[in-house]
Amino acid sequence: MEPVTRVAGRAVPLDRSDVDTDQIIPARWMKRVERTGYAGGLFEKWRRDPAFVLNDPAYAGASILVSGPNFGCGSSREHAPWALRDFGFRAIIAPSFADIFRGNLPNSGLVPVRAAPDVVSALLAAVTADPATEIVVDVAARTVHCAGVCDAPFELDESAHHRLVHGLDEIDLTLARDAAIAAHERTRPPWMPTGRPGH
Amino acid sequence: MTTLAGKVWDRHVIERGDADLLYIDMHLLHELTSPQAFEGLRLAGRPVRRPDLAVATADHNVPTGPDPLSLLDGLAARQLRVQQENCARHGIELHPLGSPGQGVVHVIGPELGLTQPGMTIVCGDSHTATLGAFGAVAFGIGTSQVEHVLATQTLWMPRPRTMAVTVRGTPRPGTSAKDLALAIIARIGTAGGTGTLIEYRGDAIAALPMEGRMTVCNMAIESGARSGMIAPDDTTFAYLEGRERSPRGRLWERALDDWRTLRTDDGAAFDREAVIDASAIGPQASWGTNPAQTTGIDGTVPDPASFGDAAERAAAERALAYMDLAPGTALRDIAVSTVFIGSCTNGRLADLRAAADVMRGRRVAPSVRALAVPGSTRVKRQAEDEGLDEVFRAAGFEWRSSGCSMCVGMNGDVVEPGAHSASTSNRNFESRQGPGARTHLVSPASAAASAVLGHLASAADLGEVR
Repeated sequence: MEPVTRVAGRAVPLDRSDVDTDQIIPARWMKRVERTGYAGGLFEKWRRDPAFVLNDPAYAGASILVSGPNFGCGSSREHAPWALRDFGFRAIIAPSFADIFRGNLPNSGLVPVRAAPDVVSALLAAVTADPATEIVVDVAARTVHCAGVCDAPFELDESAHHRLVHGLDEIDLTLARDAAIAAHERTRPPWMPTGRPGH
Repeated sequence: MTTLAGKVWDRHVIERGDADLLYIDMHLLHELTSPQAFEGLRLAGRPVRRPDLAVATADHNVPTGPDPLSLLDGLAARQLRVQQENCARHGIELHPLGSPGQGVVHVIGPELGLTQPGMTIVCGDSHTATLGAFGAVAFGIGTSQVEHVLATQTLWMPRPRTMAVTVRGTPRPGTSAKDLALAIIARIGTAGGTGTLIEYRGDAIAALPMEGRMTVCNMAIESGARSGMIAPDDTTFAYLEGRERSPRGRLWERALDDWRTLRTDDGAAFDREAVIDASAIGPQASWGTNPAQTTGIDGTVPDPASFGDAAERAAAERALAYMDLAPGTALRDIAVSTVFIGSCTNGRLADLRAAADVMRGRRVAPSVRALAVPGSTRVKRQAEDEGLDEVFRAAGFEWRSSGCSMCVGMNGDVVEPGAHSASTSNRNFESRQGPGARTHLVSPASAAASAVLGHLASAADLGEVR
């Protein structure tokens, strides 16, 4: 994976709480077996409304999405980060995220930016007032900057930070622990069930 | 002093850190969230570390009408074919469409005895929380994590905080586990459990059969929690004894000795706590577009202005606009034209029995289309052995084969645009049950009563009608 140390660009304001994964990408898109090609499904239902913010040409080309609390609630579908990425987003700023979604974002190279509610409110107001507003997410330093609006820290857990900044493949990191995994594996209780291939 | 969640978690930690490296005892797979994971393994030339600790089935995409195999659309057929190839290549047990073991992944795991106390269980599906009802740490993961588990049988996971939701007292008559689950979410909110594993405790939880416990844990995710858990007890052991993959003989005795230690120590501290009085809870129905937007069936659609929190107020305004509901409308005055009984929340045999008990000798209202969709092929067969299919058919229900069906609306089973449904599923998100669908989450008994009356109702409402 490519390292992600900084995301800079314009931002789309999506001032709603509890934006769920069924809105981010409807289930019908999950019949596909590919990992890319989901841009058309992003907020598919809401985009049918010409007044929806993503249809506003002033926000075309934005790389950051700013939204309300509990962003990404609902399903575990990684198709949601894939759709956001394929559409062109690289960072999502919100006061809080749903757990599974927040964990999924870095695996697609996207940055979950959990900032204080007043910071998010100020950013929402700024990018709503002026779509040309530039935001800089410094992933390495875990800060979000917007001239005249904020210069604030955000939360990003250590392991996600480490992998994003260094572009590490998590499976490689884990496979290096093979001996420890095998040692633990030998302690798995004998009564625990197994699958039966060819069942 | 340790919580149940802490005990099970600690047993599986291989390496401690900001995120712990956790060993995974069982990996369940369905057709939607795994193809890209297998493709990733193929591209990297990596094998599946423990194909014997994975079990797969097809549920989201599968048609539920007569002869489902003939009804598959092209994309769904391709996805099922890819799943069969992946499982065959890596030697993974698969219960495909058309086989006797097929069903909703969270329903077949317990049926087979694959979900036991003290295990770590994952699946690329948020409703894996269901399986915490057995005293397991069970949670949903993304596709990159599915790939990680296939390659390593482990996951890096930050140690979750713990939350105790204690439900005390005796619920009012006619109140089901689904009503408890909805009332809990309405109380703690869609993000009330964020960052935690919830342990549901108290006499009202202990009194639930396993099916009801699974319903409660299933919806832990709708309150933002990673998962729900319930301490294993004699109810759990009785459910597991004799299942196909449950231990037998001396191993069963050893397992029992271990499982009996899996409970929160007296005095162990939780990071968060909520105490709920079950005696105040009756049948529930959701009115909005997230599961916390729920109230008692005797209630009315709230006025958004009554919410003190600005975000909640805005969410309620948007929800009422989407649902086309006015503040103050009695829930019983909301007409429904679709009724869905099924899903990983309420598609088990006990759920079908509860709905059939209401339907026996009654008819679905002429204005209503009603579907009964068993959670698994095994549940379907058991229900048919008891004659439940006849009860549903005689009442005017469509009796289907098993799958996720109208809970997720991927297989052609959808609510018409703009129509209101009474559904035993778990999410009332906009367009979840089909574009423009307006979903009301209810229990199986309430769904059946709503089918009879053509509006949101509880089974008690049928008293005067009969």
